Amino acid sequence: MTKRSNEPFLWILFGAGGVVAAFLIPIHLFLFGLAFPLGLLDAPDYERVLTLARHPLTRVYLFILCSLPLFHWAHRFRYTLYDGLQIKHLNELINLFCYGGAIVGTTVSAYLVWNLS
Amino acid sequence: MARYTEGHPRWHRTRVSTFWWLGSWPYLKFILRELSSVFIAWFVVMVLLQIRALSHGPGAYNQFQQWLRAPILVALNAISLFFVLFHAITWFNLAPKAMAVRLRGKRVPDLVITTPNYAAWLMVSALVAWLVLGG
Repeated sequence: MTKRSNEPFLWILFGAGGVVAAFLIPIHLFLFGLAFPLGLLDAPDYERVLTLARHPLTRVYLFILCSLPLFHWAHRFRYTLYDGLQIKHLNELINLFCYGGAIVGTTVSAYLVWNLS
Repeated sequence: MARYTEGHPRWHRTRVSTFWWLGSWPYLKFILRELSSVFIAWFVVMVLLQIRALSHGPGAYNQFQQWLRAPILVALNAISLFFVLFHAITWFNLAPKAMAVRLRGKRVPDLVITTPNYAAWLMVSALVAWLVLGG
């Protein structure tokens, strides 16, 4: 029996997260991170954002927006540490940190999105 | 006298500096692209804080918005936007290499794959902005 690698599965998450990050994060980051804080555009008020965020489709959307990019980060950051800093010998620790972080983040986002009322 | 060691022989490896990627632009670009993931993670943290603030009521949300106005956060988010755009552009440009589409035995030109990607990106971004800004 050969041991099956879970690398393909992780790679699919990496790829899916990369797509989500490429399509969706720039506009979100521009609006909420720069345009609203700098007053370039009028920020939507609390009620409006809450109504929008509470919609079932938005909840699913927000969950995807948070979870998949975290797995993208986990995979890429793992290799950044391996190659950039040449610390492949610490790989167990790095895996725990990266994928553990992504799993914790996904759980937190599921909790927050689910409980938003 | 030659010494023999048990087990695997040691490979000869030249030491590579930790900062090997500073030497040339393609290497630096590679590391910058890899580093974009850190800013993607930061963005997720921010969204999670935003949802948490939303669920804690108008006061908490107001505080969250105030926090984002701090110069250090604006600076961090400007840098993050740069990295996220870098990720998006390199990602879209890589798409034709990741999925080599063949038509009648010939690979379709890269532009045939990248152009619709960029168009879709523009449309998705416009849709998000339209929904957030008030439909």
